[in-house]
Amino acid sequence: MRDTSGMTGLWRAGGGLLLLPGCSGIQSALDPAGFEAAELARLFWVMLAAGTIIWLLMLALSLHAARRRARPWSPRAAGRLILWGGAVVPTLLLAVLLVYGLVLMPALRAPGGPLLVEVEAEQFWWRVRYHPPGGAPVVSANALRLPRGERVELRLSARDVIHSFWIPNLAGKMDMIPGRTNRLVLEPRKAGLYRGACAEFCGASHALMAFEVEVMEPADFAAFLAREAAPATAAGPGREAFLKHGCGACHSVRGTSARGVIGPDLTHLGGRRGLGAGILENTAAQRAAFIARVGQIKPAARMPDYAMLPRGELEAIAGWLGDLR
Amino acid sequence: MLIHNRRHADLWTLLAPPAIWALHFLLCYVLGSVACAKAGDPFAAIPLPRLGVGLATLLALALILVAGRQARRHWGFGTADPPHDDPTDDDRQRFLGFATLLLCALSFVAVLFVALPALTIADCR
Repeated sequence: MRDTSGMTGLWRAGGGLLLLPGCSGIQSALDPAGFEAAELARLFWVMLAAGTIIWLLMLALSLHAARRRARPWSPRAAGRLILWGGAVVPTLLLAVLLVYGLVLMPALRAPGGPLLVEVEAEQFWWRVRYHPPGGAPVVSANALRLPRGERVELRLSARDVIHSFWIPNLAGKMDMIPGRTNRLVLEPRKAGLYRGACAEFCGASHALMAFEVEVMEPADFAAFLAREAAPATAAGPGREAFLKHGCGACHSVRGTSARGVIGPDLTHLGGRRGLGAGILENTAAQRAAFIARVGQIKPAARMPDYAMLPRGELEAIAGWLGDLR
Repeated sequence: MLIHNRRHADLWTLLAPPAIWALHFLLCYVLGSVACAKAGDPFAAIPLPRLGVGLATLLALALILVAGRQARRHWGFGTADPPHDDPTDDDRQRFLGFATLLLCALSFVAVLFVALPALTIADCR
């Protein structure tokens, strides 16, 4: 564990003077909530500061040359200026920044802790599988919960096309490539809600492929995982309608006969904040709208529209899905 | 060897420093990728390829220095000022020598930058 919070605060304060609004929030690399993101944000501020200083020096030099200096330069002095200002100093500056970046890299890729989470991307959502140490895997989708202060290893892959996994507040991007497993280790340090997104164009609904991230205290996370591992218990007419209309061919709801693996696991859909991979608020009305008009809400998604369902059954399904907590 | 004490500058002496840079670059990548493909485990240290990159770097830098020394001679040790654009054999030699000298400086820095990751990164992560 490395404490960078003091430095981070300093950098953030400096940054805040330059760009007051727009730099904080649930999806901002400039508002780091994890070790990796803090290192990257610091790298950004160092680069920005260095770039600003060089830019100001260049402006001052050109003003000096254009306005102040009446005498011409001697060829010898001009040659020296070009050699030092044009070759030696830029090379040294680049070398310093390169070494700084290279020294950062090993720490950013240190091994993860015992918790391993598999995330598989497909058009246009995220399959999530938690592998707690010594426990059975827990399947979920479109939401990622992480324990604060623990290094978690994410195993990232894709099923159809290239996607990219990015939670700006926690770490840099990592590509998700079919046929390949990429590792990303995160160490969240601030509990809270964040937002991740696909960062590689992957099709018509690429911009609608996001997910919610919640960093929880370790005890809360353990409770969440136990809840998430349990089967669904809610019953009612919505459940009958869900099964009658064949939703279980694509979706799983553990505890029922729905065991489909084509679409997202819905066992605890009601416990997620977002709907449709982080694009809608998870309310009964939005759930009903999504089921009926998914083609409009999420173009090119594989799920067909179910606008033909009787209104009552549609609402019953939407209500029941909300009860799956 | 192309750069071994050529009496006159020509296109070969001009191309030698960037060619050394390119070969060094290729060698570093081949060493690293072969070692990591064989290791499998991203956390396994790979000291031998790093040593190989170090030796290749020393060799490349030495060759570029030799090329630079020769280019300086072809340039005439800076006795005349650029741009060396008179239509004479002497000026053509000075032009080639000076251009080669600048390429040597660029290649020298480039070889160093290519080799730097081998200093700070010890495994295949």
